[in-house]
Amino acid sequence: MEATLFYILATILVVFSILTVTAGNPVRSAVYLVSALLGMAGLFFLLKAEFVGAVQILVYVGGIMVLFLFVIMLVSVREVESQRKASRQWKTAVVLGIVLSFELLFFVVRGSDVFRTETISQGLIEQPQTFNTESVGALLYSTYLLPFEIASVLLLVVIVGAVVLTRKQL
Amino acid sequence: MVDTSHYLVLSTIVFTIGVVGVLTRRNVIIILMSIELMLNSVNLNLVAFSDRLQDLSGQVFAVFVITVAAAEAAIGLGIVIALFSNKDTVNVDEIDLLRG
Repeated sequence: MEATLFYILATILVVFSILTVTAGNPVRSAVYLVSALLGMAGLFFLLKAEFVGAVQILVYVGGIMVLFLFVIMLVSVREVESQRKASRQWKTAVVLGIVLSFELLFFVVRGSDVFRTETISQGLIEQPQTFNTESVGALLYSTYLLPFEIASVLLLVVIVGAVVLTRKQL
Repeated sequence: MVDTSHYLVLSTIVFTIGVVGVLTRRNVIIILMSIELMLNSVNLNLVAFSDRLQDLSGQVFAVFVITVAAAEAAIGLGIVIALFSNKDTVNVDEIDLLRG
């Protein structure tokens, strides 16, 4: 059951990722990316990471992709569509991509003995009664309190920066 | 029960698709989307190892990565808008202001 679900979600993810990169129209690319991100959220749910999956859907699909679609509307698709799709270096890029994927797959295959199914040290933090969101929240507000606050400062800087960047006269 | 290595292989494939997208496409917006794809494949790694080691730190890090990805998208798209109003293009081959 879990394996079937994994392969369905993995197929969705890979197919829509390829479509995202190859689509000619940026609007289509964005819609394909939404589908790929939803497949990724499904994988997070499969890994029992409900909080990260929900955040993925809320922030990525609900926030970032709407932002992308707004910007695509602002910079006029018509002008973009008339140009050649790929850059001059696409042959080099494909070769580099193949080399990179073989490198990464080599490391994964070499180390795959370490990643056998039985999980080690059951229930270090997660008790059977507590929910995933509760545990992640407790961890965020205790061990990772300082990074959490720094992330909020980063978001404040980004808000100011985005407002300054998009003013009429720069 | 799916092996952790399955998730790692899937994440590798998605990451490579993102790399090829960044290197081949000429539209800045699609390049930004490919970067989002790469960040997401890293998140899949973090969550898969979090499940395997039964340690929630990986999921907390995934949340931080999502935060940084949101920040990067907002600033990147702001730069794209500023660039489009100044140079009337989103084509990376024509954006060469810093070339000597």
